[in-house]
Amino acid sequence: MRRPLLNILLPLAIGVLVVALWYAVRYALTEDLKFLLPTPDEIWAALLANSESLGRATLNTTKGALLGFGFAVVVSFGLALLLSLSSLIRASLYPYLMILQMMPIIVIAPILVLWVGAGLNSVVVITFLICFFPLVVNTTQGLISTDRNLVELFRMYRATKWQETFRLRVPAALPYFFTGLRIAAVLAPIGALVGDYTAGSSAGDGGGLGFQAIIYSSQAKYSALFATAAVTCVLGFVFAAAVHILSWLMLAKWHDSYHRSDT
Amino acid sequence: MSGTPPIVTFQNVVKRYGDGPVVLDRVSFDAAPGDFISLIGPSGCGKSTLLRLIAGLSPVTGGDLAVDGRTPEDAATELSFVFQEPTLLPWLTVAHNIEVAQQLRGVPAAARAAARARAIDLVRLTGRGSAYPRQLSGGQKMRVSLARALTLEPKILLLDEPFGALDEMTREHLNEELLDIREKQAWTAFFVTHSVAEAVFLSNRILVMSVNPGRIHREVRVDLPYPRTGATRLSRPYHDLVAAVSGLLRSVENP
Repeated sequence: MRRPLLNILLPLAIGVLVVALWYAVRYALTEDLKFLLPTPDEIWAALLANSESLGRATLNTTKGALLGFGFAVVVSFGLALLLSLSSLIRASLYPYLMILQMMPIIVIAPILVLWVGAGLNSVVVITFLICFFPLVVNTTQGLISTDRNLVELFRMYRATKWQETFRLRVPAALPYFFTGLRIAAVLAPIGALVGDYTAGSSAGDGGGLGFQAIIYSSQAKYSALFATAAVTCVLGFVFAAAVHILSWLMLAKWHDSYHRSDT
Repeated sequence: MSGTPPIVTFQNVVKRYGDGPVVLDRVSFDAAPGDFISLIGPSGCGKSTLLRLIAGLSPVTGGDLAVDGRTPEDAATELSFVFQEPTLLPWLTVAHNIEVAQQLRGVPAAARAAARARAIDLVRLTGRGSAYPRQLSGGQKMRVSLARALTLEPKILLLDEPFGALDEMTREHLNEELLDIREKQAWTAFFVTHSVAEAVFLSNRILVMSVNPGRIHREVRVDLPYPRTGATRLSRPYHDLVAAVSGLLRSVENP
């Protein structure tokens, strides 16, 4: 706010610098190695040339990411409510949540394919598994961090357990919930891509971006691979931006995090 | 005190938590409707516990306590509370915060809006209904907290050091406003404070309590006429009473 011009110019300058460096490296490479680093314009051309397959793959991956993310939000919220009830419940369930989080996706992917079938189903489950942990941990933390004075107020006025939960604990947990949501939103497209890469291949829908990456890689279409990476980044950015906007709408009016006066 | 029955009656009330020490020991007094009773005494004298007993949040260990002719549990709906912290919900506007107490008591929306409008005028926050707590000063937050309690139009108002965290000027202003409101809404107040000046200015009765165990050491009647204003604070009788209560407080703090 104090240096609006600098705030725009500086990131822009860094972007220009990176692209210039990119072209410089490419120029310095000998002819037989130039295929290793396609230039941004070549990547753009590959994007246009493969727009049909990339478009379909993006759609499939987005679908998987959204569904996995959505299920993770709903289930994690319910579980967080349960976990917030008592420290005994938390102590009993946390170790197993940790194990779930530590499960190597690439190893269990083939088993998931057997359980739920290849393609979208597996992609959704894998995205769910990746998004779930940060959501449940943050939301639970929020639900158990309610200001003690406010809880006392509600008890003084003989609030029901229901009122205490949904009029007090849940709104008070929103900032924590959004912290989890931001992490999960960035993870969701990556989760869907990994899921697609490991378990999406033999589905009838043509697969998502992970499967496209396998195809381009086998065809030595390196520009198209870069284009796939770029599309995934954009998808992640859209997810993150959507959550940031939602968070802003829900919190900006009242939460201190939107009213810091430093830097 | 003559004809009207007391609204709160303590008869030899004893309170201890579990096997802990006796917090309140044989406390006896009657509160008449309209009394403004301040409770003052050293830390740990059981002032806040006494409020919790009236609120029915904790049972008496011995003796009898009647609130509005009933048990404290049954009379709970006649009470409102103001704490030292404003205890506002930061995600709600001033107007919605003021309605919280009514919502928890199950007051229907139409009645809520009317009571809210009255309360917001009473505490002089007219026009600030759509502000959020973070936009308010400490004194304004306390006004919202007070308005929230007043929407219930309670018979009894329990105030636990409500102005303790405010600066002197704001505190004096709010003291005067509280008495103004009392002229319009006839509740009985139990007011816990550490400030002798505040207790004398507000109350018609001051209970000076002693500690270990908590007992009523002495009752001081404040016969300054209401309405009290800034001029009251300059009067001779006011200063004499402040000096007298301060002396009593010193005697229970350093027996």
